[in-house]
Amino acid sequence: MAMTMTQKILAAHAGLDSVKAGQLIQAKLDIVMGNDITTAVALKEFKKTGAKEVFDKDKVVIVLDHFTPNKDIKAAEQCKACRTFAWDMGVKNFFDVGQMGIEHALLPEQGIVVPGQVIIGADSHTCTYGALGAFSTGIGSTDMAIGMATGEAWFKVPSAIKFVLTGKPAKWISGKDIILHIIGMIGVDGALYRSMEFVGDGIQYLSMDDRFAMANMAIEAGAKNGIFPVDEKTLQYAKEHSTKEPVIYEADADAEYDEVYTIDLSTLRPTVSFPHLPENTKTIDEAGHVEIDQVVIGSCTNGRLEDMKIAADILRGKQVNKKVRTIVIPATQQIYLDCIKLGYAEDIVKAGAVLSTPTCGPCLGGHMGILAAGERCVSTTNRNFVGRMGHVDSEVYLASPAVAAASAIAGYIADPEKIAGGNN
Amino acid sequence: METAKGKVFKYGDNVDTDVIIPARYLNVSSGEELAKYCMIDIDENFANEVKAGDIIVANKNFGCGSSREHAPLAIKCAGVSCVIASTFARIFYRNAINIGLPILECNEAAEDIKAGDIVSVDFNTGVITNETTGKTYTAEPFPEFMQKIMAAGGLVKYTSEKING
Repeated sequence: MAMTMTQKILAAHAGLDSVKAGQLIQAKLDIVMGNDITTAVALKEFKKTGAKEVFDKDKVVIVLDHFTPNKDIKAAEQCKACRTFAWDMGVKNFFDVGQMGIEHALLPEQGIVVPGQVIIGADSHTCTYGALGAFSTGIGSTDMAIGMATGEAWFKVPSAIKFVLTGKPAKWISGKDIILHIIGMIGVDGALYRSMEFVGDGIQYLSMDDRFAMANMAIEAGAKNGIFPVDEKTLQYAKEHSTKEPVIYEADADAEYDEVYTIDLSTLRPTVSFPHLPENTKTIDEAGHVEIDQVVIGSCTNGRLEDMKIAADILRGKQVNKKVRTIVIPATQQIYLDCIKLGYAEDIVKAGAVLSTPTCGPCLGGHMGILAAGERCVSTTNRNFVGRMGHVDSEVYLASPAVAAASAIAGYIADPEKIAGGNN
Repeated sequence: METAKGKVFKYGDNVDTDVIIPARYLNVSSGEELAKYCMIDIDENFANEVKAGDIIVANKNFGCGSSREHAPLAIKCAGVSCVIASTFARIFYRNAINIGLPILECNEAAEDIKAGDIVSVDFNTGVITNETTGKTYTAEPFPEFMQKIMAAGGLVKYTSEKING
């Protein structure tokens, strides 16, 4: 029976020759991950199972990235509980302030995740690692607890939607614009329970950072996972970051898909998701004049080095609008260091923006950039739900780093081409 | 739990986990504490008005967004006996099963049932009865494997029964 790329990875990890959509399987896990919010719940559930140790000290990953550096006393208590658990269990991949980065930028960078793996993470954006050709999905704290205890998880094998990407995107079009365009097209439940499999000759033009941003937001279309084929760029990335051996899976030529969409990347325009759902997309040409109070450039979607470069390139030699608080957050310590070495840090700070230590903080309305009633923020993050970044009457507009940086300078939602010039 | 009966709190499409339990309350993990703020950003009266046994009915994609298990936990600890929706976002779906919060997918019921209706549910048959209107609906039954998890009271109990015999 023909299988999708996702189904092949799941079959191999379930010890089966083949699987089909809808089948319930028990799969072996290569990585089980959690953050300070979800691990705090998972460790209690883990203790209830009666397990005395984690199934594999190398395969459990705990990253304290959401409410860190500790935002208040209760968050500090949660982090302390996570830290104690990680130390007691001898978890080798434990990342605290100083080594910590935003989990979905950190795990690929540290070579913890590689092509062909099955990964679960108690964070919905765990689907990010699909960029590497792995099966990777978000789960809750109880699944994390059982995963840590047994090294296995149950899955309902998903069917898939195929996205055929063709053509070369224009200068300011990034992976973020592509995925926002797709979510605008299929809706926030357009891929519910299913895989989003990206294929096509347009992928050759997408950097790994573009692909991470796209796979990251598969969950915003309701998908179980988003996945890219493994090509030279993927293998090069894996080789540079990891000593683990990548395993390459390919979809069968005659695999069945629920739907197939073809998208010509050369026709896409910078895209913005208006409040309060990621599916409320408009092109920059349709955005109208929307004045803003804050810009956030960072997060597990867009806090990688390429995102920092785009922000620095646009901000260099300019000043952000005095009415726009501009917060730039490199996603990991390595990216932060690279920003210093490459001069981006200076470009960003001299432009009147702040450069923060890695944290998920503002994306989920935790800390480091909460919005008051009536305030508007252009953000490179992934959700613009009611109250997501603060007051229920605040508004979040999701966009690429280029649009966000251009908007910081303009004071309203702006086309990067108009602020920083266009053409290749 | 084999049956449930209660008053309906009704919501629309895409009720996300950020409105079910906003991140500003995620610095604690106790279900009882979380329940105090359940649904606060979509219905600030919910936590005060909900009574043990009450039922949430919503349209499509209930529980979309974050993987926070705090969301189904807050609903369960608020006393809600069952959530009925046209569809559930997938992480919420598995979290609810894993923690033993009964959920049912039934588009017809989700569309028909109104706020304040009294509804009863038979989990063995999947039959949903609107006691206010007298109309009945049948939800898709869960696969046997998921029924076993729910019958055990969640994945932790199900797994520890398997581990420890």
